[in-house]
Amino acid sequence: MKKNIKLLFLLTFLISINNAKAIAETSQELLKVDWSFKSFIGKFDRASLQRGYQVYNEVCASCHSIKYLSYRNLAEKGGPEFSEEEAKAIASNFEVVDGPDSTGEMFTRSARLSDKFVMPYANEEEAKSTNGGAYPPDMSVLVKARAGGADYIYSLLLGYEDPPADVKLDEGVYYNKYMYGNKIKMSAPLSDGLIEYSDGTKATTEQMAKDVVSFLMWAAEPHLEQRHKFGFRVLIYLIIISVLVYFSMKKIWSRIESKV
Amino acid sequence: MSESDKKKPNRRDFILTATTAAGAVGVGAAAWPLIDQMNPDASVKALASTEVDISGVEPGQSITVLWRGKPVFIKRRTKEEIDSARSVDLKDLKHPEKDEDRAKDPEWLVMLGVCTHLGCVPLTDKGDYNAWFCPCHGSHYDTSGRIRKGPAPTNLEVPKYVFINSKTIKIG
Amino acid sequence: MSNHDYQPKSKLGKWFNDRLPLLTLSNHLQEYPTPKNLNYWWTFGGILTFCLITQIVTGVILGMHYIAHADLAFESVEHIMRDVNYGWLIRYVHANGASMFFLAVYIHIFRALYYGSYKSPREVIWIIGMIIYFLMMATAFMGYVLPWGQMSFWGATVITNLFSAVPFIGESITNWLWGGYAVDNPTLTRFFSLHYLLPFLILGLVILHIWALHVPGNNNPIGIEIKKPSNDTVPFHPYIVIKDLFALILFLIVFAFFVFYSPNILGHADNYIEANPMVTPAHIVPEWYLLPFYAILRSVPDKLFGVIAMFASIFVLVILPWLDTSKVRSAIFRPIYKQFYWFLVADVIILGYMGAMPAEGTYLIIARVATVYYFLHFLVILPVLGSKEKTLDVPLSITEPVLGGYPNQAKTKDKLNIKESL
Repeated sequence: MKKNIKLLFLLTFLISINNAKAIAETSQELLKVDWSFKSFIGKFDRASLQRGYQVYNEVCASCHSIKYLSYRNLAEKGGPEFSEEEAKAIASNFEVVDGPDSTGEMFTRSARLSDKFVMPYANEEEAKSTNGGAYPPDMSVLVKARAGGADYIYSLLLGYEDPPADVKLDEGVYYNKYMYGNKIKMSAPLSDGLIEYSDGTKATTEQMAKDVVSFLMWAAEPHLEQRHKFGFRVLIYLIIISVLVYFSMKKIWSRIESKV
Repeated sequence: MSESDKKKPNRRDFILTATTAAGAVGVGAAAWPLIDQMNPDASVKALASTEVDISGVEPGQSITVLWRGKPVFIKRRTKEEIDSARSVDLKDLKHPEKDEDRAKDPEWLVMLGVCTHLGCVPLTDKGDYNAWFCPCHGSHYDTSGRIRKGPAPTNLEVPKYVFINSKTIKIG
Repeated sequence: MSNHDYQPKSKLGKWFNDRLPLLTLSNHLQEYPTPKNLNYWWTFGGILTFCLITQIVTGVILGMHYIAHADLAFESVEHIMRDVNYGWLIRYVHANGASMFFLAVYIHIFRALYYGSYKSPREVIWIIGMIIYFLMMATAFMGYVLPWGQMSFWGATVITNLFSAVPFIGESITNWLWGGYAVDNPTLTRFFSLHYLLPFLILGLVILHIWALHVPGNNNPIGIEIKKPSNDTVPFHPYIVIKDLFALILFLIVFAFFVFYSPNILGHADNYIEANPMVTPAHIVPEWYLLPFYAILRSVPDKLFGVIAMFASIFVLVILPWLDTSKVRSAIFRPIYKQFYWFLVADVIILGYMGAMPAEGTYLIIARVATVYYFLHFLVILPVLGSKEKTLDVPLSITEPVLGGYPNQAKTKDKLNIKESL
């Protein structure tokens, strides 16, 4: 028993180091949300993902790309699960450059399911020059790229405040209590009633933040539901087989233990 | 091995058998992802269709486009080529198929440019039928892409395609 | 070993075995006499073999989809995570498998330290093991570079810059390592190539490690030499196989928990940001399993000596069989060593923790003390204990303490007898 405790101790040590790292990076206690995808068999809230896409599309997408997502993903299982028709309709609102055609010219056509999400800027340099030198990060894996994950992005979206008296802000810089260093070049992106949800949900700032963060979590981890489902089955299987192997072991060892 | 195994064919054997069976199931389930990862992935499957602009193709000309990594021949046939394809007696064919079934619009023949023998790309307007000829092992195809002579077992495959409008074909 | 005269029963088996004695080998592995008192700390050898095979299998698969190019590596990893069938599973098993591998190897090493498994006649097993451990660190480090995230890039920059500490030729060495003037595409492609190669070297060394083990046979918790085969041993199959299997499954439960429910907790968030040579992340931290060495490196204020101290901390382990001069192997019979052993465990954990903290203020002072203690343990405490420590009396056989409560009964034995048996 004492040995198991030591093993447990080692494991907690591993995790505590990582927690320590996370704490060192964000001084402020994050807002905690009871995400539907957190638990052992947690799933995304479809309606929230669909609304989240709407928020991304109408608010974030003007500056933030999400370049590893394809339009087909919107209709895939475990995601917002738009119908294939809806996903096609979404895709057809965007123009992509294709080609060259038979005469060597590039041409634009409306996007198809197989196309990646169209980016707001042609490249990082254009994105920077349009945004006062700050690069709006790509959002494909943003949730995984920030210590604190979904809670951090949610907190950040709601963390805009007037700066304390001793903090001086330059033009185009805003105060956010959850941002590393508290200075952020993105102005508060959400405000009550900023968009009108197509499903009639009231578009409060908290609601929009929750929806868009769910959407971004899915974008970063599109197989999360499958992972949770597999994980649950694997753990149950392992527990069952550990019991079987344990009794097999007892049986086998009883052959010699009786002889000693 | 100890001798005592042989004596008691009861619970020990049951638990060992159950463990082995459960273990085999687990190993099998764990092996599947390792095998399935080599199958076409989601991004490859999503590219299943290609749209081709055929407005610039004159009668007698053909173009080759890439679809799912394979060449597709799109031939705009002349009157003579259509007639010669349609006048063949099906009994003379190794793989009997009517030209009417192979070309929805008789003017346009769309088929995979992959020899059904061992996968080489046949040459266009060559061979005994002045249509397609595979240089690898000498298979001759007629103006409907049907195998007439040589080792290939079947006709050139016609993929699924639709005319979106008079200028565009969607393959796949 | 009793089985050199093994003969297959079937005619075909005999024909084949005369030409290539694989069946003799298989028989040897099954019959291999193993001390029957091995506890669960001894199951980590089997677990490590499993880890290595898992890493090789998943790694070869990832190599089918990964693109080793500075412009495409990050994207190809995302392609694996999103589009490849079960790609997310295979990558998470590989990434967390590295951590599990190190967790197991640390337990394996500390087990050897506790029970004195590195002592004569097992020095060669130990040294091969240390080479494996060193290659594992090199492999893991290069593997961490491959996703080409920010931590990949800056970790590679910092670690390769260690070599610039070498006087006179330092810069030439780093340029040679990089294939340029900074970590860039040529660095990535060579790291990929070596990351693919080294595990197979490790596999070869593991075979030698096991071979070297099978010459003297296993050490055991009592640490005494035993007669093989005897009442003190059991055949490897099925007794040890089933026990190793049971431990492996318990280990897999922990493994599965990380893979399915916290796949990124052992990694660093910054590695999901694509490498950018213009911006350094606020804290550069290596993976947890390298942290103690990182702490030693940073606690020395001089660049060259910091690097020397780091490599020396591994080298003292290699020469450990000659630093620990005590004739008694197991810490069970070494009351003072046992205390120092746990001090060392605590020391290494403290070093690991300091490696994750910023190198300043109190953290730095603690890291320095821990670094000094680390070397003190191996270079001073162990040699002194070897001659000064009063050890408890050691039993004559495994069966003996099993029958009568040990080690008290053993104490009554004639001490001379024991000395002979060692």
